[in-house]
Amino acid sequence: MNINTTKIISLLFFIFSAFYLYTAYQIQVFAFDENAPFNARTFPIYLGYTGLFFSGLKLILPDPETIEVEHKTLEYKKTGILILIAIIYGATILKVGYFLTTSLFLFASYYFLGERRWKLMFLLSFPFVAAFMYLLHGVLDIYLRDPFLKSIGVMG
Amino acid sequence: MIEGILIGLTTALTFQNIFMVMIGCFFGTIIGMLPGLGPMTAIALMIPITYGFDPATGLILMAGVYYGAVFGGSTSSILLNAPGVPGTVATSFDGYPMAQQGKAGKALAIAAWSSFAGGTLSAIYLLFMAPSLSKVSLSFRSPDYFALMILGLTAIAAFSSKGQFLKAMMMVVLGLMLASVGQDSLSDITRFTFNNMNLTDGISFVLVVMATFAMSEALTIILKRNDPTSAAKQVSLTELGSIKINKEERSKMYKTIPRSSVIGFLIGVLPGAGATIASFLAYGMERNLVKDEEKEKFGKGSVNGLSAPETANNAACSGSFVPMLTLGIPGSGTTAVMLGALLGFGIQPGPRLYMTNPEIFWSVIMSMYIGMVILLILNLPLIPYIARILAVPKNYLIPLILFFSITGIYVMSFNNFDIYLMIGIAVVATFLRLYDFPMPPLILAFVLGGLMEENLRRSLLLSNGSWEFLWDRTLTVCILVTTILIVLWHIYKTLKKKKS
Repeated sequence: MNINTTKIISLLFFIFSAFYLYTAYQIQVFAFDENAPFNARTFPIYLGYTGLFFSGLKLILPDPETIEVEHKTLEYKKTGILILIAIIYGATILKVGYFLTTSLFLFASYYFLGERRWKLMFLLSFPFVAAFMYLLHGVLDIYLRDPFLKSIGVMG
Repeated sequence: MIEGILIGLTTALTFQNIFMVMIGCFFGTIIGMLPGLGPMTAIALMIPITYGFDPATGLILMAGVYYGAVFGGSTSSILLNAPGVPGTVATSFDGYPMAQQGKAGKALAIAAWSSFAGGTLSAIYLLFMAPSLSKVSLSFRSPDYFALMILGLTAIAAFSSKGQFLKAMMMVVLGLMLASVGQDSLSDITRFTFNNMNLTDGISFVLVVMATFAMSEALTIILKRNDPTSAAKQVSLTELGSIKINKEERSKMYKTIPRSSVIGFLIGVLPGAGATIASFLAYGMERNLVKDEEKEKFGKGSVNGLSAPETANNAACSGSFVPMLTLGIPGSGTTAVMLGALLGFGIQPGPRLYMTNPEIFWSVIMSMYIGMVILLILNLPLIPYIARILAVPKNYLIPLILFFSITGIYVMSFNNFDIYLMIGIAVVATFLRLYDFPMPPLILAFVLGGLMEENLRRSLLLSNGSWEFLWDRTLTVCILVTTILIVLWHIYKTLKKKKS
């Protein structure tokens, strides 16, 4: 059997399905439901077995086409930074507020992706977010929580 | 039906809804032109906006985006030989050679008119077929629905897997597993929440769509160092040529369009099939039907070769609405996203939709036609300019996609956990994409998960826990036999490929 990344993913999925199946068996159902033809754990149990079946087949059967990914050519650094910025954005959005965090997120993302046209970067972050906020909050009446703008009296 | 059409027209022809179709078509065209970003991403990005509208307007906006994205995909196929969506790959076979011969304007016009005619004819087929099918589907019972969902999931796995059926089936199972997180709909027992309150209501559909499509596509573009906008910079405004179609070309289109629209619509109706298969089949069929003289021109700029796939892929788009509107079971990944959005509005599509919410049912059908007209009169003259808009560097495009994705989740839940979960799913999806694990089966399974469990529950309870319900009714057996045939056909194809 040729070991490649697809097989490793299949193996991970097999383990995941086994864990899912184990957890499905642990679902607490009401006593009167225990022997019912269908209860809260029935469908997940079937799913767990189906997951084991397909990932098991993928593990055993030969691959018709092996997918080769040239890892050296992949841009891990920029992708990682972008994910990190998104996590920081997610962590601060509720406390700081939508406007400031979103604008800073956009500005930082442009910067880390290699953009250096400062004026354009600014225009496509702070004023752009303000306009988008106006569209959502002012026109479409979609509530946006923003403690920062509230504290300076811009938003009600 | 006349009453329904009038209800639909009254809703679809309001200023707001016409405006929404225009916005949808325009936005969809731009996203559809970007290779790698298809209609599913375009619709996913639109979902948060639609929550500000009533369901009919929201669905009309999404339908406009869908058509726009398919049309946009054709444009990049013709001008750049870089199909924006898989459904327009066949368009590039003859569209791009025409553009290289200095007839890009003509190729775009043929594509636009064929799309318009294909969409219009299929909207008419839909008009007549949907209410009849709705009546028929009222006789469907839980076992039939359960079997139909298995058919839909198997079909989408078989057709979207690029020969990797098992990978697609693993994605189906993963989608169903994600859908099982949260409270059980009947007993309210929590499952797979690991005592995390944020998971009690389950994982949001918008979160999964945004993560697996919009966000992971953006991350994939960065990871693979792709630049979807680079090709658009090559488009010259002055080299498109005339958009006039002469008499001889028109007469060729008159023959091609009706037959391609029928095949496109029928393929679109089938669960799991869709624009890609429809366009390839129509192209192949057209090549077999034309005279030998015309056959020689295929691949070198044939009018029939361009018109057939364009007609078929638009007809398939309308066709894919049939199972969604009448059975409540989406036929494609894109309509699965729409179904999820409708469920978010608290509307359950299905055979009773046209009785309980006729304004939604009919206005969507009517807006399809209006969308076609708008695409023709608005987009055709604007194509060179839209192509210019695409020259926005990816340094701006990627952060904006991420911004729309995160905003979509933020306005829905105001919860940090959902944002982290979305980023987590997006990272996993990006990794899976690298190894060709398809995402549409995951989305379709996620949307159908709850319904599938519900129908299995009813079927098993009615048959007292016995699996006999699978062969008790002729209809259930027919659907399951079709499913088995699809699997066998796929195995046969794989074995044949291996031998050759």
